[in-house]
Amino acid sequence: MAQGVWTIAEQRGGEIRKITYEIISEGRRLADALGQDLTVLLLGSNIKEKAAELGNYGADKVLVADDPRLEAYTTDAYASVISELVKADDPAILLLGASAEGKDLSARLSGKLGVGMAQDCTAFAVEDGNLVATRPIYAGKAYARVTFENSWPQMATARPKVMDINEPDTSRSAEVLDAAFSLDDGALKTKVVDVLKDESGKVDLTEADKIVSGGRGMKGPENYKILEDLADLIGATVGASRSAVDAGWRPHSDQVGQTGKVVSPGLYIACGISGAIQHLAGMSTSKVIVAINKDADAPIFQKADYGVVGDLFDVVPALTEEVKKYIES
Amino acid sequence: MNIIVCLKQVPDTETQIKVGSDGKSIVTDDIKWVMNPYDEHGVEEALRIKEKFGGEVTIVGLGPKRVTESIRTALAMGADKGMLISDEALEGSDSLAVAKALAAAIKELDYDLIFSGQRGVDDDMGVVGANIAELLDIPQLSVIDKVEVAEDGKSVKVNRPIEGSTLVIESPLPALITTQKGLNEPRYASLPGIMKAKKKPFDEKTLSDLGLDAAEFGEGARKVKVLEIKPPPAREAGKIVEGETPQEKAAGLAKLLHDEAKVI
Repeated sequence: MAQGVWTIAEQRGGEIRKITYEIISEGRRLADALGQDLTVLLLGSNIKEKAAELGNYGADKVLVADDPRLEAYTTDAYASVISELVKADDPAILLLGASAEGKDLSARLSGKLGVGMAQDCTAFAVEDGNLVATRPIYAGKAYARVTFENSWPQMATARPKVMDINEPDTSRSAEVLDAAFSLDDGALKTKVVDVLKDESGKVDLTEADKIVSGGRGMKGPENYKILEDLADLIGATVGASRSAVDAGWRPHSDQVGQTGKVVSPGLYIACGISGAIQHLAGMSTSKVIVAINKDADAPIFQKADYGVVGDLFDVVPALTEEVKKYIES
Repeated sequence: MNIIVCLKQVPDTETQIKVGSDGKSIVTDDIKWVMNPYDEHGVEEALRIKEKFGGEVTIVGLGPKRVTESIRTALAMGADKGMLISDEALEGSDSLAVAKALAAAIKELDYDLIFSGQRGVDDDMGVVGANIAELLDIPQLSVIDKVEVAEDGKSVKVNRPIEGSTLVIESPLPALITTQKGLNEPRYASLPGIMKAKKKPFDEKTLSDLGLDAAEFGEGARKVKVLEIKPPPAREAGKIVEGETPQEKAAGLAKLLHDEAKVI
């Protein structure tokens, strides 16, 4: 009978990514609810020294798959190794982060394991010993609660920035074990030939704590400067609505909404965004929403915690000046 | 170069989603169904590659009869052939079952490259493409915004944006690519294109035509069971920050963000 909770750690360049702590923390809560162990699977090359620390966040065991071919993520290598280990150990729950890597990996793994999967979940619970996952559908226009049937492990991914990270407990350590796996070179078909770094150094919208977003009300690409000034001051990433992207004012990667990125920052400031339903769907899980818009009847105000009715070209620069006073004091 | 494009029909993104009286479904009465927006990028990219390398573009859709209309749209854009997998037994299938049916159909076709949307903007699962790739035992290249097929037509180089960087990945063909916005600007169907589309080959297949067992599909075979579908948590309209001037309003807002929301 399937036993235990497994989570997959995510590292890049040998550094553990924040999503890893989020899913270990959530995995700990699920393992406690089941009264079972939490195992974290860490893949990489010369990565073992990063393993013990994962115990601070709640891992009982860390299973390390160390191999030069696992240094950087590839679908082929990671899915092959993980499916082999999962089949050998038969965990009850397999949890990943819904990051770019986690979404790609979980999708392939669900096929390899022939199991159902719940993608990009915002809440988990254990009911009658089974995993119940809550996930937004239609980009958050509705929520589904799902469970699994004849499908082991029960597999899900968690939306970044939604799961609370446990306070690290340095007195707690994990048992670190070497994973035994085979990896056939013939299975490795794809190759990462280059990594183009985003030189702006800006945090991706899906991982940003704060977002300042501009829509049609920005009137043109040159006006985003005032949003960038505010964003730079508060450590935010600049986003955009679909109409701003479709107008060619901002790149596609900046789009927030149903056909863009679905985001959950702590603070979302919508400037000159009326609040089309497909946009609201993409940002409604933000913790604090601010709307700045000329039109007092704009639908965005129905979702906003704080609204300012006014011309963004006056309000945003003034807000930047006011915020500066708090940050500098 | 023969290319397959997988096609799904979804509610238009302007659709207001209402939960059905059973609490487990959505109301489909007034929905305007459209081609999944990401699939449009797949159709466009397939046509561009065909224009350069020659070959055929085949659209493979799955769902009720209404999906025919979206397949016809893709044919009017310039695709060569259409296929619809339609069977009552498919109703309510989960991602894995949908992938099984699509993979079974594609296996019978001649293909070098397969496109599917990075996700359907309905269930937002984003796993069908990867599951098809697994079932066909070919590489998957997920959420791609640039595609370059090598001159010899034997490999492909793609750009995959991830958090903070873009991976450039090379893969042998055949491979499956899931499309991201930014890949291209999908063309509109021209009037002559729409006329021609009516005469293009269009096949309809049931599960038994594909040699599949209906018992493995549909609601009863789901591995992920829906317990409940509910509206999103209500968000109350909050405070409107008052003030005589933009400066006063901005000062009021900054104070609230600092003192009350504690986010700055």
